[in-house]
Amino acid sequence: MLELNLTHRFQEFQINLALKAKQGSITSLFGRSGTGKTSIINMIAGIVTPDTGMIKVGEDVLFDSAKGINLPPEKRKLGYVFQDCRLFPHLDVRRNLLYGSKAAQNGKKATFDHVVDVLGIHTLLERKPANLSGGEKQRVAIGRALLSQPRLLLMDEPLASIDIQLRSEILPYIEDLRDTFGLTVIYVSHSIDEVIRLSDKMVLISNGIKQAEGNVEEIMSRLDLHSLTGRFNAGAVLSTTVESYDVDYDLTGLAFKGGTLRVTGVNLTKGTSIRAHILARDVSLMLHRPVGTSILNVFEGTIIEVADEGGPQLDLKIDIGTPLIARITRKSFNDLDLAVSKNIFTMIKAVAIDRRSLGRSALD
Amino acid sequence: MFNPTPTELEALSLSLKVAAWSVAITLPFGLFTAWILARKRFYGHALLNGIVYLPLVLPPVVIGFFLLAMFGRQGPAGAFLYDTLGITVAFTWQGAAIAAAIMAFPLMVRAIRLSFENVDSRLEAAARTLGASPLRVFYSITLPLISPGILAGIILAFARSLGEFGATITFVSNIPGETSTLPLAIFSLIQTPGGDAGALRLVILSIALALAALLLSEYLAYKAKLKVEG
Repeated sequence: MLELNLTHRFQEFQINLALKAKQGSITSLFGRSGTGKTSIINMIAGIVTPDTGMIKVGEDVLFDSAKGINLPPEKRKLGYVFQDCRLFPHLDVRRNLLYGSKAAQNGKKATFDHVVDVLGIHTLLERKPANLSGGEKQRVAIGRALLSQPRLLLMDEPLASIDIQLRSEILPYIEDLRDTFGLTVIYVSHSIDEVIRLSDKMVLISNGIKQAEGNVEEIMSRLDLHSLTGRFNAGAVLSTTVESYDVDYDLTGLAFKGGTLRVTGVNLTKGTSIRAHILARDVSLMLHRPVGTSILNVFEGTIIEVADEGGPQLDLKIDIGTPLIARITRKSFNDLDLAVSKNIFTMIKAVAIDRRSLGRSALD
Repeated sequence: MFNPTPTELEALSLSLKVAAWSVAITLPFGLFTAWILARKRFYGHALLNGIVYLPLVLPPVVIGFFLLAMFGRQGPAGAFLYDTLGITVAFTWQGAAIAAAIMAFPLMVRAIRLSFENVDSRLEAAARTLGASPLRVFYSITLPLISPGILAGIILAFARSLGEFGATITFVSNIPGETSTLPLAIFSLIQTPGGDAGALRLVILSIALALAALLLSEYLAYKAKLKVEG
């Protein structure tokens, strides 16, 4: 378990953060670029020394300004996957992987063969980093960090420098780190899609300060955080389980607290837990149960919160067994005479939910 | 015509010996100085920088005079070496190697320093997070990455030492078989009536030597680059 409490003054802003991360979970630090996320994990890694505070992994103190403890990076036993990979250009993939490797202990930790196998990099072992694609480099960087048998893995925007198409190639590997190696991961990102897909816990950071923390479903259903999570991508996240698959229509049924959400494609094993990000702008409202509609997903619910920031649109939180967010125009809001505690029908287009918004969810 | 005399061959082998020793002396000091100048910021940084590059801009005779004053039998360094170790460097080939080393030093430092500055310090930070101590980071990451620069420094220092004239003749004079390296021997032959043929032979030898060194350095630099960049 990671525990920290840090303050550090930069010219433009101050970092002031307390954080706990559970063993074997992925904690995301989410915020815009330049809000201090990378500095925070550089402090955990020992690359940047905070002004004051303490950092603990389990019972092991890595940094404590009051006691004058400041372990150098090489003594912290943490893995760090950098945004820019930082593979050693003069060493081939095998020697990069082995650079920090320590003998795997008690069989639970990562062995060379296992890591190479999980990351699918056995064909790359003899190559130099210059001859690898972005996605391959990042996989090697992950493997290199894993083989140093870290107690904690720090990942700084590992997908930011990679093509959008290649990102989906890496994401499952990161999920595997937690599930296969039982690793605690601190994941820094400014991509809400990645955070929704991967995090067990998300921490919203703005100007070096924690604005909110909690599980993804909880944070994403808060109307007051839209300015931080991104207005355009605002929308509730539903925890679902794959329930059924209709071969004829290539439709998957995802069971959640409010019923069954039907989405196109997916086709995962029954029982798999995945998260569905329902964008607020893809949800429409009706006063009565719709008839003769092409919309497959209709859920009845009650309006529980209205966020009115004065513009032409409003965000509504509707309880359909679990919170759902809908974004509608002020005109519709007035025409339908909507208000808190009013009963309403929500409609979600099945085709609006794409594969990218579906992530395998954590800790079940 | 192309049949060098034993004296001429002696000049050649002496030149190679002096240049090799010059490189051997400059390399460790040059590496250390380049590292300090590239990586450390301290009071007097600009002054050290200035002193290191001084031989590049001073007339070589000035350096020769300075060496004579320091390392002559009466000079402080010379007297110390003679009294404690019984070594005389003035008017010996060792003195010629010292003169060549001092003249070559700035070129060596400059080449290595530039490659130190080009090493991505983020790679070194990454190595630290993988459990490597600063010492291991230096020899396993930094040193291999600057190897093309070290090679360039060695070649430059070697070439500069082969061509060294002014400081050498001032400090250790022009003694055949002891301090008369190729440039000094050519100079003597030009001054000697009927020495033109001998001078020409040494000139051709010098050109061949320089060309061979350049080709070798290009080849080694290519190999080193290949190794570093994959």
